[in-house]
Amino acid sequence: MNIHEYQGKEILRKYGVKVPNGHVAYTVDEAVEAAEKLGTSVTVVKAQIHAGGRGKAGGVKVAKNLDEVRTYANEILGKTLVTHQTGPEGKEVKRLLIEEGCDIKKEYYIGVVLDRATSRVVMMGSEEGGTEIEEVAAETPEKIFKEVIDPVVGLLPYQARRLAFNINIPDELNGKAVKFMMALYQAFVDKDCSIAEINPLVTTGDGEVLALDAKLNFDDNALYRQKDVMEYRDLDEEDEKEIEASKYDLSYVALDGNIGCMVNGAGLAMSTMDIIKHTGGEPANFLDVGGGATAEKVTEAFKIILSDKNVKGIFVNIFGGIMKCDVIAEGVVAATKEVGLNLPLVVRLEGTNVDLGKKILNDSGLNIIPADSMADGAEKIVSLVKEA
Amino acid sequence: MSVYVNKDTKVIVQGITGGTARFHTKQMLEYGTKIVGGVTPKKGGTEVEGVPVFNTVKDAVVATGATASVIYVPAPFAADAIVEAVDAELELVICITEHIPVLDMVKVKRYMEGKKTRLIGPNCPGVISPDECKIGIMPGYIHTKGHIGVVSRSGTLTYEAVHQLSQAGYGQSTAVGIGGDPVNGTDFIDVLKAFNEDPETYAVVMIGEIGGTAEEEAAEWVKANMTKPVVGFIGGATAPPGKRMGHAGAIISGGKGTAEEKIRVMNECGIAVAETPSVIGETMIRVLEEKGLAEKCKTH
Repeated sequence: MNIHEYQGKEILRKYGVKVPNGHVAYTVDEAVEAAEKLGTSVTVVKAQIHAGGRGKAGGVKVAKNLDEVRTYANEILGKTLVTHQTGPEGKEVKRLLIEEGCDIKKEYYIGVVLDRATSRVVMMGSEEGGTEIEEVAAETPEKIFKEVIDPVVGLLPYQARRLAFNINIPDELNGKAVKFMMALYQAFVDKDCSIAEINPLVTTGDGEVLALDAKLNFDDNALYRQKDVMEYRDLDEEDEKEIEASKYDLSYVALDGNIGCMVNGAGLAMSTMDIIKHTGGEPANFLDVGGGATAEKVTEAFKIILSDKNVKGIFVNIFGGIMKCDVIAEGVVAATKEVGLNLPLVVRLEGTNVDLGKKILNDSGLNIIPADSMADGAEKIVSLVKEA
Repeated sequence: MSVYVNKDTKVIVQGITGGTARFHTKQMLEYGTKIVGGVTPKKGGTEVEGVPVFNTVKDAVVATGATASVIYVPAPFAADAIVEAVDAELELVICITEHIPVLDMVKVKRYMEGKKTRLIGPNCPGVISPDECKIGIMPGYIHTKGHIGVVSRSGTLTYEAVHQLSQAGYGQSTAVGIGGDPVNGTDFIDVLKAFNEDPETYAVVMIGEIGGTAEEEAAEWVKANMTKPVVGFIGGATAPPGKRMGHAGAIISGGKGTAEEKIRVMNECGIAVAETPSVIGETMIRVLEEKGLAEKCKTH
């Protein structure tokens, strides 16, 4: 799960990670009030969306007085920002962070992530702050330093010290940088983060080490024990169909194509998208109904697929193991009866209770096209959608 | 022969009184797996499907002599269940449970350092040596005994590959699901090594997916060490970056973990990669024919 920058900073502040003072604003008036409250000579007006690259897209402005705050807030609120992370449709700005400006001396990068190769949490640092860390990794990998953290003892002071030295934070600020990193690591593990990225971390003219930006992502599997993080969830930032799917424990990702897919198992669901594309079609979604799906869940999954106006045909690809084919068949029949079916529907069933499943579909009287294998199914749905 | 499990493997089921565990305990017993006990705290002394239930893993091991365990415990308690099994010195622990917080698994992996237990999973379908032992949730009937080893990050995609092999007349020595999580107990290389050493395995299917670099590392290992042909497949070639595809580990981030890169490295390392999931079986047969192994591998 993602949260906004200002929310991430609220969490970090609680852990003793230094961040600039700031307030969230939903309206232009609130933005001006927030700037007044801050009372600093320079304030920064920052668009709050769940995507990076806001600065380049015009979503971050420096205001030198309250009039400028009003002007910029007016300009950014309601604007649709298109960045390299939003997709071409962009994201509408509904919240602003009004933050005190600061006298930046130098920008750095600090990130905490899971390293799959070592199965450990790793803190990464670079003196190339403010730019995309992927670019730094590709062009000057020698400028990225890593500390692998033992979960038993956590990040140790000498590791933080070494990282601060390696990325050339001035010696006189080493102590503050160490404190910053230790607090950041603590927030990461306490809150079950999957990513905690500070880009840039800055040193300032008055000798502070500050998180100018904060990107915190959380492990979805741990949200059950992170109730306060759950409260930060912003449904405006999520796809409506994905929200609906999450209510029924369905794993759904919206895509740009026109062939709706319903599959059991993540690997098979991905591969179904692949084979549709290989056959010349475009998948409209990734949808894994999971192992323990009930007929009701399958019905909901079907409705979600049909709610996507781009969908011109549906391919159901099931290999029953823990999932039973008859349950899928019942769900498909119930859903089509409930919402009507005007689109071609190709169903491939295999595995547990396959004969029972096929019988239910046959007896339903619905116009369902059976497929013998996933390749056969993909060919059938792609050609049917092209004809339509 | 087979790897990890065989007809003599004695298994206990952790979380045996839950609905899913009950169903699969029955399925495993019907398949012929030696399920000798179950564990659910405070349910000790009861029975499930005629199998005695114990309060702790230690009690179950002492009473039954089990060497393997399969875990169906809900995610919030699963990490604890794994550690309990490791502490009881079981040789093999297979964790079916999905959605375990990744930082829990980081601790589990750290705890397991230097211990003798092999963990398979979490978030995996389990391990099956056809006609001998089935531990997990896979549909038993699609498997046939034979000489192809299968190792995979994905459950249903494993079934797909096994089904194609069985239909074409090529049985399997063992099929191992290593799971779709970013931190797991057993990786591709561990299983490839075991297959390489198993005299009854003549060739291997390796099924990966987007995310991480485990497939690339395994491919390099194959190039340097593997004496048997390996056929591969990577799921998620069309997945957009930054979107998690169901599995916690299946995500392309920072330009890393793409199917394209994995397939390129695998090809370079001499692994024949199936172009689509529906030709995994065909690709294996073609490779076996090229190597003159087709006759030897054909089982029915």
